[in-house]
Amino acid sequence: MSVEARVKKIIMDQLGVSEDAVKSDASFVEDLGADSLDLTELIMAMEEEFGVEIEDEQAQKILKVCDAVNFIESSAK
Amino acid sequence: MSTLVPTAVVTGGSRGIGRSIAETLGKAGFQVFLTYVSKPQEAEAVAASIVAAGGKAKAFALQVGDSAAVSAFFQDHIKDQVQLSVLVNNAGITKDGFLIRMKDEDYAAVIDINLKGAFYCLREAAKIMSKQRTGSIVNITSVVGQMGNAGQANYCSAKAGLIGLTKSAAKELASRNVTVNAVAPGFIETDMTTALPEAVREEYLSHIPLKRFGACKDIANAVAFLASENATYITGQVLAVNGGMYC
Repeated sequence: MSVEARVKKIIMDQLGVSEDAVKSDASFVEDLGADSLDLTELIMAMEEEFGVEIEDEQAQKILKVCDAVNFIESSAK
Repeated sequence: MSTLVPTAVVTGGSRGIGRSIAETLGKAGFQVFLTYVSKPQEAEAVAASIVAAGGKAKAFALQVGDSAAVSAFFQDHIKDQVQLSVLVNNAGITKDGFLIRMKDEDYAAVIDINLKGAFYCLREAAKIMSKQRTGSIVNITSVVGQMGNAGQANYCSAKAGLIGLTKSAAKELASRNVTVNAVAPGFIETDMTTALPEAVREEYLSHIPLKRFGACKDIANAVAFLASENATYITGQVLAVNGGMYC
């Protein structure tokens, strides 16, 4: 599974949203209905899935689906 | 989720108040996972008594002050294996002494187990309960955390800290339908209080409107209530079970 697909699956699981809703430019808060605790859980789920550590400062910049995918892709390199 | 067994974790469940809480939650229908540190025989005896009463129980060795050990416990025995319905943070120690002679390590040891230990367990439970969208956490604090007590600066610091932890966690987890409350026992008839000199017992009793020490069961009943379906609208509270002392 590609990084993008794995990230999207995490988002679907954590936020209970459908695959159609998880568009690349969808905002977690505005489009997918996440609250701040959801965002924290999302970051932790990604850390677990990809074995990376996401500092708070970086986490705060992850606002959209594409931000998450880009972050993981760039940190894997 | 529905196939997982509703389970209550009780830290420090082998003796005193913790034992009574474990047995009461066992009777209330929860599978009970009780933790102990030093005496496996006592913990196994509690588990056996719950099983003998028709319940389910297991005893686990766990140092709650060891963050990694707590994480491992929840990972190995709780996550995806049971429904974590209840966490009771009961484990605690005392290292009493007047503060002018209190050693750094005696202050730290009590904070590490009584306060940090509760935090470590609560943090792990919160992750699981948030996902479940249900759960209740009960922290055992103390009347002395509310009113202070000479010779217990470390213990009172930790118990007061638990109240702040309770209120913060209650607010953070409310949106996930997880309740967090504290029970504050007064003077309870345990090995510790029966060993007190008669004059000290009399002094304590003079402050208790009901004129008697509480029983472990009084605390266990309060915990069982907060853990039950009857208390789902109660969160962030400190329930004093102390014979009428006002703090």
